[in-house]
Amino acid sequence: MGLLGKTIGVAPIGCSVVAHQFMNVDMCEAAHGRAPAVASGIRRVHPERVVFTYQGDGDLASIGMGEIVHAAARGEKFTTFFINNGIYGMTGGQMAPTTLIGQRSTTSVDGRTREQAGMPLKICELLATLDGPDYIERVSLDSPAHIRAAKKAVRKAFEYQLAGKGFTFVELLSTCPTNWGLTPPEAMKRMREEVAAYYPLGVYKDTGKEAE
Amino acid sequence: MAKRFKVIFDRERCKGCELCRSFCPKQIIAMDTQVNAKGYCPAMITDQESCIGCQSCATVCPDCAIEIYQLEEGEA
Amino acid sequence: MSEKVLMKGNEAFAEAVIRGGVRFYFGYPITPQSEIPEFMSRELPKRGGKFLQAESELGAINMAYGCGAAGGNGFISSSSPGIALMQEGMSFLCGAEVPVTLLNVSRGGPGIGSIQPGQADYNQVTRGGGNGDYRIPVFAPASIQEAVDILYEAPGIADKYRNPVMVLADGLMGQMMEPVVLPEPRHAFTSEEIPAAKPWAISGSEKGERSVVKSLRLQPEVLEAHVEHLYEKYAEMEKELERVECENLEGAEVVFVAFGTMARLAREAMEMLEAQGIKAGMIRPISLWPYPYKAFDGIDFNTTKAVISVELSMGQMLQDINLGVKGRVPVRLIHRVGGMLPTSLEVVEKTKKIYKRHAARQHQLLSRLHPRRRTPHHHGDAG
Repeated sequence: MGLLGKTIGVAPIGCSVVAHQFMNVDMCEAAHGRAPAVASGIRRVHPERVVFTYQGDGDLASIGMGEIVHAAARGEKFTTFFINNGIYGMTGGQMAPTTLIGQRSTTSVDGRTREQAGMPLKICELLATLDGPDYIERVSLDSPAHIRAAKKAVRKAFEYQLAGKGFTFVELLSTCPTNWGLTPPEAMKRMREEVAAYYPLGVYKDTGKEAE
Repeated sequence: MAKRFKVIFDRERCKGCELCRSFCPKQIIAMDTQVNAKGYCPAMITDQESCIGCQSCATVCPDCAIEIYQLEEGEA
Repeated sequence: MSEKVLMKGNEAFAEAVIRGGVRFYFGYPITPQSEIPEFMSRELPKRGGKFLQAESELGAINMAYGCGAAGGNGFISSSSPGIALMQEGMSFLCGAEVPVTLLNVSRGGPGIGSIQPGQADYNQVTRGGGNGDYRIPVFAPASIQEAVDILYEAPGIADKYRNPVMVLADGLMGQMMEPVVLPEPRHAFTSEEIPAAKPWAISGSEKGERSVVKSLRLQPEVLEAHVEHLYEKYAEMEKELERVECENLEGAEVVFVAFGTMARLAREAMEMLEAQGIKAGMIRPISLWPYPYKAFDGIDFNTTKAVISVELSMGQMLQDINLGVKGRVPVRLIHRVGGMLPTSLEVVEKTKKIYKRHAARQHQLLSRLHPRRRTPHHHGDAG
C-alpha cells in the first residue's frame, strides 16, 4: 500500500510490547491500555500520517477500556488492531476480560464461571453501538482462508483511514497455544469451534457500505 | 501441462508448530526427525511434485519460514 | 512588542505557554484550573494549535506522551488529585525521554481533599509517585509575572532535555489578577518541520533510520546504561536549572523559607517584623527540584536564631531545608493546611514566639559552653 514511510504505530504492554521490533515503521510504546490516548496525541501532531495501535485483550478490553471507548466515540482517525486470544500471555496465562466461560487459566484453574468473574466482553459489539467508528470487523486467524480474509480487513481499515474516514477497528481472534495448553493445530481447532461461536466473525459496522 | 511448484522451508526459523502440516490439503508436509539448532523438528515437504501451490502452509506459518516458487517449464 | 496587561492567573499561564511554543493541549476539567482548558479550547485553534479534552487524566497524560513522542510541544494542566493520576505517565515520559510542559494548580489533600489552595503536593512533585529512577524539574513561581516567564521558557527546557517540566502554582495564584508583561510569541514547529528539528521523534517520515520511542529495556545492562544516561542529564539540570531568591540574609535573626504564594505572605511578615525590631531574611526556592541547597550556606549563622519554613502543608519541605541547613541552626515550621491560609499577622506572632524561645535557648547554651566568656554582649545579642 506504500505506507511504509508515512506510518506511525503504537505498541501496547503485553506480549506485543516488542511489536516495534517486528514492524519497520516509526513506533512508540504506550503505558498499559493507553495506546488509543497516545495515538490521539500523535494524530494531533501529524494529521497527514497513517496511525495505528496494536493491542491485546488485557490491554484494550480490561485496563484500557476507557481509552478505547472514548477514542472510538471521538471517531479518531486511526486504526486499532485488537488481538484477542482470551488470555494474559506475557504474565503467564491469567484470566483475561475475553476468557470464555469454562476456560481454564492460572487465575481460574477450574474454568471461568459467571458467578465468580462475570461474562466475557464482546468488544466489536460494544464499540458498534457508538456513532464514532467507521469500520468494525471481527476476523479470525484460524485457517488459511480466514487469514486471507483478515488481511483484507486490515487493508480495508487502512484504506478507510487514507480516505479520511474516522475510527477503524479490526479484532483478530488469535491463539495462545502455550497458555491454552494445546498444540498449535489443536488451538486453531478450538478457536474455530469454541471461540468463534462466542465471538461471531463479521462486519459490525461499515459506514462506507451503508453509504452505498 | 500442470503448474509445478517448489516449497522451501527455512529450517532454522521453523519452531515445529505443525500448523503447515495440519492445513496442507495434499498432506505432503511432514516433520523432520532431525532437530534444528534451536532444538525443534522443522517442517519439510515429502512430495514436491504433488504441491498445488495453494500457499496455505505459508499463510498460516507464524514465523514466515516458508517460501513457494512457481517453476518454469523444465526447471527442477 | 511586549504588552502589559491585567490578567487572571490561569489565563495568563495559558497565554504564556502558547507564546512559549505550545500548540497542543490535553486536559481534564478539575478545580481550581478549569479556566485553562476553557481558554485553550478558544485560543489554540486560532493559533494553528489543537485542543483535546481527554476522557480522564490518564488519557490526558498519555495523549501528551503521544504528542511529545511525535515531536509536538504539548501542555497539560491539572490539580493535585489529577496530577496523582498522571504519575504513571510521568515515569513513562521520563523513561522514554519525551518532552511535555505540566502545570499543577495545587489544592488540598489527601484524597479529594478540598478545592482551596494547598502546597501539600511538595513531595508528590519533587519526589514523584511514578516507578523507577527519574526526575522532573519543578518551578514554583510566586507571582503571575514569574509564572508567565517560567511557563514561556518551560517548553524550551522540556525540549532541550527531552524531559517533562513542571510548574507548581496554587489555587490562589490561578484565581488572582495581576498586571503582567507578556513575552513575544516564539516559533512553534509545524508538522513539516518536525522530522528535521526532532529526528528522534516518531513523525512517520522517510528520514533514513526509523524512530522508536520506548522505555522498555529488557536486558539489565541496557536498562542500567539508560538510567545512567538519564542521571547524567539530571546532573546537567541540577547545574543549570537551580533557581532561588535570597533576601536580607546578612544579619538576619530569623530566616523564612517559603515558595509560591507563601513567599508573598512571608515577605509581608518580614516587613512587619522589621518594624518590630526583628530582622528577618528569606530564602525563596524557585526551583523545588533541583533544590537550592547551597543557598542555605548564605545564612548568617552568627545572627540567625532559627530557620522557619512557612508552608501550606504539614512540613513537606522540611527535609530539604534540613539538608541545606545541615544542623547549623534550628529549623522550625509555621503552617496551615486544609485550605486554611495563615495571615501575615499570624506568621509574625508565631515567628516571635519561635524567635524568643530560640534566642533564650541559644543564650543558655552559650552560657553553659563558655561560662568564662559570658559577657553582657552575649545577653544583648540574644535579646
